[in-house]
Amino acid sequence: MSMKPTDVEWVEEPEIGFWEATFIPAIISGLKTTLHHVTHYKPVTQQFPEVKPNLPLHYRGVHRLNRDEQGRVKCVACMLCATACPAHCITIEASDAPPEWPDRDKFPASFVLDELRCIYCGMCEEACPVDAIELTHIYDLTGRTRHDLMYDKNKLLNVFDNTKNNPRDPVRTGRGKLGPASKFEELPTVAPATQVQDSDRSAQAASPGVIAPEPKEGT
Amino acid sequence: MPDILITLITIAIVVGATLLACSYLIWVERKLSAWMQDRVGPNRVGIFGLLQPMADGLKFLFKEEVIPSHVDKVLFLAAPCISLFTSMLAFSVVPFGPVDEAPWFMRFIIAPQIDIGMVFIFAIGSLSVYGVILGGWSSNNKYSALGSLRASAQVISYELPLGMSILGVALLGGTLNLEQIQMQQVQAGITGWYIWTQPLACLIFFAASMAEANRLPFDLSECEQELVGGFHTEYSALKFGLFFIGEYTHVITISFLTSILFFGGWHLPFIAELDSAYPFAWLVKLLVLLFKVAACIVMMMLLRWTIPRFRFDQLMGLSWKVFLPLGLMNVVLVMTVLQFHWSRVWLFPGSILLFAFAGAIAVSAKQRELQSRPQAHRRVTPPGSSAGGESALAVH
Repeated sequence: MSMKPTDVEWVEEPEIGFWEATFIPAIISGLKTTLHHVTHYKPVTQQFPEVKPNLPLHYRGVHRLNRDEQGRVKCVACMLCATACPAHCITIEASDAPPEWPDRDKFPASFVLDELRCIYCGMCEEACPVDAIELTHIYDLTGRTRHDLMYDKNKLLNVFDNTKNNPRDPVRTGRGKLGPASKFEELPTVAPATQVQDSDRSAQAASPGVIAPEPKEGT
Repeated sequence: MPDILITLITIAIVVGATLLACSYLIWVERKLSAWMQDRVGPNRVGIFGLLQPMADGLKFLFKEEVIPSHVDKVLFLAAPCISLFTSMLAFSVVPFGPVDEAPWFMRFIIAPQIDIGMVFIFAIGSLSVYGVILGGWSSNNKYSALGSLRASAQVISYELPLGMSILGVALLGGTLNLEQIQMQQVQAGITGWYIWTQPLACLIFFAASMAEANRLPFDLSECEQELVGGFHTEYSALKFGLFFIGEYTHVITISFLTSILFFGGWHLPFIAELDSAYPFAWLVKLLVLLFKVAACIVMMMLLRWTIPRFRFDQLMGLSWKVFLPLGLMNVVLVMTVLQFHWSRVWLFPGSILLFAFAGAIAVSAKQRELQSRPQAHRRVTPPGSSAGGESALAVH
């Protein structure tokens, strides 16, 4: 559809008066604004190393590999996280689980996560059937070389040891259990990763007019 | 004490104080701008970041001296030196205190009794643009060259209104000697300050000298959005520091001149009069002058962080179409008053009238420009509606 001349609205500069032409009132009002900021000085800056930011609970930072109640790595090397990862930053080498671990077939012989390639989207966490990989609130990640930031299994388990008691980083689901994938006989009820209140709109039936427009009368 | 020794001591004091003042003015400016923008500003080095200028100076000293391979080395190295040298030299005829009451070991002016004082300052001060031009040219970089071209055009344009604005004061005082101009104001008391007889000249002087010092809103020669760094794009480390100190020395000189020419120098009623003879009166007078200078500098900083940058044609228009005619008419006004021996009281309303006249001309010029725009006659009335634009919007 082409534009018609009537579609164009010509906006004209407002006419300027005497005082605007002398610049003086504009300069004075500008100075008033800036001086007001000096006299009513309220910076919102956080002094970072001394004051840590209060991050939201769903913040996605450095990953961790959870342990079960026996201290073993929860991961069963199913490769779902590596498959789900859009950045291809997870490399897992699976191997047969040792005989003293009867509840699973495989475990990760090596689990390397490139924190520099990761885009922290959290899809590994969503994909994991045994709640083994989770994202913590740790954001100040530094390293001297690129190799330092290739997090292997030990480092990721260390992150778990360091963050498991932090109230900001609870083990999200099935705390202390291995997870549903390893128990084929009796599947526990899977709780949602985020608790949904009954009063929440997402837990209720779709109300008319919210999602789809109401059908018009007579049609 | 021999004269030469006193001069040397004075030079040492002035150079040291100027350099120290420059570095701390940068701190003040950074803090002030931070407050104005609800930021924190430098606060890491020392309490309130008070050692930040030292840290910056050390950084300038120990940074690697990068000289790009494509520059003209001699001019490239000479430019920042010229910039700083001329700014410093201009300060030599500025009386920075009560000249007659100096303590035994120093003077309050490096070169006393220079009868061409103001002319000397403007001559030397405008030489500092050579530093800018040479720096931009020798950098062999189009951004630098454009920046220095702008700087040269700007300085040449603003020289004229600057000269015009002080001509009135020179006529009223009958001298170009800064010490005498200051002494006249001191003798006449607060009503004799030249701000009362030359308010318009003060305005022009302040604005034009800000333009000459390349301060915002007139810093077209180094505007980051258009020219990367302008003339100092290729400069780093100590050479950049020299440019920076030169610029701030210029600001200090301007502020001294504004205080001395229009605000009575070290004079302040009841506190620092001509006949105030308490101990350390010279110190009080010095502090009064420094206070006025500081007020000027803070005003410049406030303006810098308040007003957006001009467009280059606006900058030129302001100089040639507004400041120059206004300055000329101001000089004519002063000449008329002096020639016919009218009371100098008339100079104040006369200046206001001139300013109002300029404002009225600006309004009518703007209206004519709006009238002559093609859009003014092209407004289309949609078929079927009686009125103009607003109803057209409502229909569609």
